[in-house]
Amino acid sequence: MASDNRPLSPHLQIYRPQLTSVLSIAHRGAGVALGVGAVFFAWWLLAAASGPEAYAYAEAFFGSVVGILVLAGFSFALFYHLCNGIRHLFWDAGMGLELEQAYRSGWAVIAAAVVLTAGALVWALAG
Amino acid sequence: MAQLTLPKNSRVGAGKTWPAPAGAGKTRRFKVYRWSPDEGGNPRIDSYDVDMDSCGPMVLDALIKIKNEVDSTLTFRRSCREGICGSCAMNIDGTNTLACTQAIGDIRGDVKIYPLPHLKVVKDLVPDLNQAYAQLASIEPWLKTTSAPPERERLQSEDDRARLDGLWECILCFCCATSCPSYWWNGERYLGPAVLLQAYRWIADSRDEMTGERLDDLQDPFRLYRCHTIMNCTKTCPKGLNPAKAIAEIKKLMVARR
Repeated sequence: MASDNRPLSPHLQIYRPQLTSVLSIAHRGAGVALGVGAVFFAWWLLAAASGPEAYAYAEAFFGSVVGILVLAGFSFALFYHLCNGIRHLFWDAGMGLELEQAYRSGWAVIAAAVVLTAGALVWALAG
Repeated sequence: MAQLTLPKNSRVGAGKTWPAPAGAGKTRRFKVYRWSPDEGGNPRIDSYDVDMDSCGPMVLDALIKIKNEVDSTLTFRRSCREGICGSCAMNIDGTNTLACTQAIGDIRGDVKIYPLPHLKVVKDLVPDLNQAYAQLASIEPWLKTTSAPPERERLQSEDDRARLDGLWECILCFCCATSCPSYWWNGERYLGPAVLLQAYRWIADSRDEMTGERLDDLQDPFRLYRCHTIMNCTKTCPKGLNPAKAIAEIKKLMVARR
């Protein structure tokens, strides 16, 4: 009866992005970004261990516009993943699972991640 | 591995436009997903301009009006038209809901209507729900006991009965399951929010005596644990229920019994 030519109904293409799903995929994206950031971090450590020349080269990169953008992105991914991870801990304990609570905590996580990233950047650039 | 794009035979093309009849008052445009096994080919979007002066307030009213007056080939499920049967679940304006309780007036712009997402389409807005029903059957959604049947019905305190509130109201429309990206990518092995809410409905029932076996059945990396608390399910439930919370309660019981 079921014929194989049946199409698959549209999903990602048509489903409205909303805070629930956007923050969820952003959490995963931030996790991937942290993996990429860890490579940069490892490079920095290796450069420091390799000698002044290599370290100066790495320092020059992280001081450049691109380098600062990478560090800012890495910081945001770190803070977002951290804050949203704490949100997940509450959920796993069975707390904050009403829709209104999930929306409030979602916006709070975004705000916290932005503030922490901005604070870290200001602290780093002023230091 | 999840396939994020649609297979070739499922990509949606442009369809026909059905203008409003002459003398129509205020009109709204309904863009409806069409596919028929008799015609084959790819799905398409047909546009229907509906005279709102002679149409009821709900999306289902417009669909019925189109079927009655404009295009009788348009196919969809509907029955109770008051949000209790779950038949007319579909994707309207980007989220899953019941066509009969979704007011046209609450939608801005064209009214876009698709079948429930990431399912095989039988025809137009009718998706194949056989897998979801089989998954529901797999959790054995009925009272299971080991003790001898009492003289009369099995009694329950008011408090124990209250624990089923928010669970028994589920009408099995599968709006939640088909809003869940985890269910999209792993629907063959992950039970999805609708079935897990049903599973919890029996786990939470004080009269059921097979709680341990029910939990054993869910102790699986896919059946239960593909839930990542995305909460699209709770967001979309047309009955205002909270499948995400029910699933979290099951996960808590899994930890508690270790």
